Amino acid sequence: MEPIALECHDLSVAYDRKPVLYGIDVSVPSGSLCGIVGPNGAGKSTLIRAAMGLLPHDGGWVRVFGQAVDAVRRRIAYVPQRSSVDWDFPVSVMDVVLMGRSTRSSLWVRPSAADRAKARECLDMVQMLPFADRRISQLSGGQQQRVFLARALAQEADLYFMDEPFTGVDAATERAIVSLLQDLRSRGATIIAVHHDLTTAPEYFDFMLLLNLRLVAAGPTPEVFTTELLQKTYGGRLTVLSELALRAQAARAPMTR
Amino acid sequence: MMNGRLTRTLVLAVLLLLVAGCSGASRDRALTFLTLQDGLVRAALPGVLLLGLNCGVLGTLLIARRMTMLGDTLSHAVLPGIAGGFLWTMTRNPVALLAGALVTGILSSLVAGWIMNGTKLKPDAAQSVVLTVFFAAGILLIKLLPDGNKAGIDRFLYGQAAALDAGETVMLAVAAGATLLTVGFGYRGFLLMSFDPGFGRSAGLPVRGFHLLQMFLTTLAVVVSMQAVGVILVAGLLVIPGATAWLFSGRLHRVLVLAALFGMAAGLAGAFLSYAGDGMAMGPTLVLCAGIMFAAAFLLSPRYGMARRFVSGLLDRRRIQREDALKSVYRLLESRDFREAAFLPDDAGQARGMMESLARHGLAESLAAGTWKLTARGFRHASRVVRNHRLWELYLTRRAGYAEDHVHDDAEEMEHLLAEENIAHMMGVLGHPVADPHGRRIPREDDTMEGLASRHE
Repeated sequence: MEPIALECHDLSVAYDRKPVLYGIDVSVPSGSLCGIVGPNGAGKSTLIRAAMGLLPHDGGWVRVFGQAVDAVRRRIAYVPQRSSVDWDFPVSVMDVVLMGRSTRSSLWVRPSAADRAKARECLDMVQMLPFADRRISQLSGGQQQRVFLARALAQEADLYFMDEPFTGVDAATERAIVSLLQDLRSRGATIIAVHHDLTTAPEYFDFMLLLNLRLVAAGPTPEVFTTELLQKTYGGRLTVLSELALRAQAARAPMTR
Repeated sequence: MMNGRLTRTLVLAVLLLLVAGCSGASRDRALTFLTLQDGLVRAALPGVLLLGLNCGVLGTLLIARRMTMLGDTLSHAVLPGIAGGFLWTMTRNPVALLAGALVTGILSSLVAGWIMNGTKLKPDAAQSVVLTVFFAAGILLIKLLPDGNKAGIDRFLYGQAAALDAGETVMLAVAAGATLLTVGFGYRGFLLMSFDPGFGRSAGLPVRGFHLLQMFLTTLAVVVSMQAVGVILVAGLLVIPGATAWLFSGRLHRVLVLAALFGMAAGLAGAFLSYAGDGMAMGPTLVLCAGIMFAAAFLLSPRYGMARRFVSGLLDRRRIQREDALKSVYRLLESRDFREAAFLPDDAGQARGMMESLARHGLAESLAAGTWKLTARGFRHASRVVRNHRLWELYLTRRAGYAEDHVHDDAEEMEHLLAEENIAHMMGVLGHPVADPHGRRIPREDDTMEGLASRHE
């Protein structure tokens, strides 16, 4: 496995000419359980979405396992924010998990027996196998999150991007997810998760990115999760900096988006 | 399958109503239609069925992506293209019309996209702008056509089933065939990109390609359906069968099949009505039939139907009344230390009618001299209701910090709603309590009259 899972260089992203991320330089080593921490609107989700190429960059580059993202998509899994989809959609739990087995060619045929077996195995790992034939609209928030997790597991990836996997889940689900993530890491996978709960962050993650429009710090949790750096991330001083950055960016903003 | 039977019944009912509603000459025409004696009918029917099928399937996919507004935009935006194609070749060459319609159809979605990206306008506003402007341009262009008189415009706007000749039927068949093959084989792709396109892109799947396929097929469907139903109302045919099917099933593939059936049924009913009622334009008639089908589904659908909601509400109220009666009998028996099973309904504050209702459900039986007793099942049910009431009161006072005199009314409602797993959970949390906050005994699952009576000896 390559030593570096994700590398961003001078990565900038803007919505509507307003910079959301500014000049991010970061390397996440393979085998990390990495948390992205920062206040609301710090660009945490934007960072992972831009890293996967789901949002256009305004500058800089991203490499995953040393290559362009498009070259290694088969090694990436994604757990989007739970609220990003319509949970009333007429689809079964099994069909959602099977989406994790999709490839360009398999979209045109029925899922194979092997894919179904894998999907069932992943559902079992998140204790959702009994729900395989349910409609997703009948699930609780925690169960929905487990289904998303099972779909990502079915992708059998080396790098997992997760957008707030603990939002709106019950305590039991949160514990189950954490132990699953630790299992994944012990098998050599890298996990990069957006997280907003500072009280649990140092317990869950061994590597951390502190983010507020720009990268405040990145490194092993004991080095980075310090009062001083957290104050810098959440405190007022940075707001001034980011406002200045915002104005500077606006002055030479790209015309697209 | 329940859904299939219901569909057939609905379609049959609509047709029967239509025949019954016709009179005199129209009835003769109706019979001519139903017996396929008229060559025009035989020529038009396959086209109408293909059109309903195609629009039903594609409309469902639009609904799945919350893009039904696009059906509206497309159906209006193809008009200038059709008029342009006509002006270019000066014939009603279907290929030219189709090419022109495809060009302006695609152009309209591009323009709408530019407006959305370049401003903060949301899709509905952007599409409304495009839709009306393209439509206006189309109307003026039609005025320039050689036969651009009122009749010509009417045909484009409102459609005419009789206008379906062999060539147009072939085009409808090609469009429907393309849709069936693409959606049939690519079902998983359409499902994925409708449910979670972001995930699809993250996995490197051709979400954009499926989007373009969907747009192409939808534009094609609108264009080929136009001769029959007219531009304005194609949108209705796209959306209504899909919306109707949406009320019946919780799996996209079943919704798609149902929508195809509903689309065909609406096509059939519309063709029939517009033929029987001489001079009724095809487009509006067809969409009205689809609307009637939607209304029927809204009332009768097993999942969301108003009728079902009404009936289940009624049944719930009856059950609650029975459970309240059982509870008052239980209290009466309890006040007599369960020594005597027979009781007079009056003593429990119950009317004879209620006791008979309990008897019909096997919960009570009548004894001699106007007295009644609960059956073993009735007693168990009564114990459960009383247990739910007292356990809930205890839960509220112990765990939710309610005062003892504030919990009764809430428990009156909850006693009918608590499921066994809620009970098991509360029992666990409260440490399997024996008495409620007022000191009364909480009944147990295995209670019997005899057992309780012996406790008091």
